[in-house]
Amino acid sequence: MIPLTLNACLVLSAVLFALGFLGVLLRRNTLVIYMCLELMLVASTLALVAFSHFNGTLDGNVFVFFILTVAAAEVAVGLAIIVALFRKRHTIQVDELNSLKN
Amino acid sequence: MTDLLFNLFAVFTVACAAGVVLCRNTVASALSLLLCLIGVAGLFALLNAVLLAVLLVFVYAGAVVALFLFIIMLLDVQGGERLPFKGATLASGVLAVGLLATGVLSLATHARLPAVAAASPAGSTLRDYAELLFTQYMLPVQVVGFLLLAAMLGVIVLSKKFAGLEDIK
Repeated sequence: MIPLTLNACLVLSAVLFALGFLGVLLRRNTLVIYMCLELMLVASTLALVAFSHFNGTLDGNVFVFFILTVAAAEVAVGLAIIVALFRKRHTIQVDELNSLKN
Repeated sequence: MTDLLFNLFAVFTVACAAGVVLCRNTVASALSLLLCLIGVAGLFALLNAVLLAVLLVFVYAGAVVALFLFIIMLLDVQGGERLPFKGATLASGVLAVGLLATGVLSLATHARLPAVAAASPAGSTLRDYAELLFTQYMLPVQVVGFLLLAAMLGVIVLSKKFAGLEDIK
């Protein structure tokens, strides 16, 4: 049984971040890569909330407010870009999106 | 009780996060992300940030994952099956994650983080958030509002077909 301490929260958020990072590197579907990016954002918010709780301030929590807002805007724009990309190229696999290479 | 709940939520969240990475089906990945977010919301509630937990479920589980599922259905990705991982990518990914783990572990064991009592004296009611947001963080609130407006306009321009503007895309 691991007690709820700052270190435990930091390690947990690092594990979540690492899983999201691994997903960004390994997966080749743009949508899943995007989901893994969201996972990394949420992991960082977990660290902020933990710091805020264990230091007795509210500033970290307020910062998470802004992260949530920016993440929502980012998802909307990113998914619009992916849809535009799919309309143009008819694929969302990152392997096949290599027109800058030539 | 708190420790037990923390352990339960931590294991649940990490398992669901692994599901996002490993699931073969894109829809299954999105649903794993939903469960993972619910686990993180539980952790937020344990960390005395109930308002943020509710907001996380509203914004992420309610809006973002729904948007993901909608786009998956809209694009109707062929089969949605995951391709096998490439060997070189797998090796470099595991190496990068190992380095990250080493860094965090050294931080957790060697860093001198100030030891503060776990009880947070600052309240976390809506009133406390509002006081901070409308005094100290007034400028960021305005900037974020403007950012939302810009994002909305950007999405409209990206997804609508304007006559004569085809060369932009």
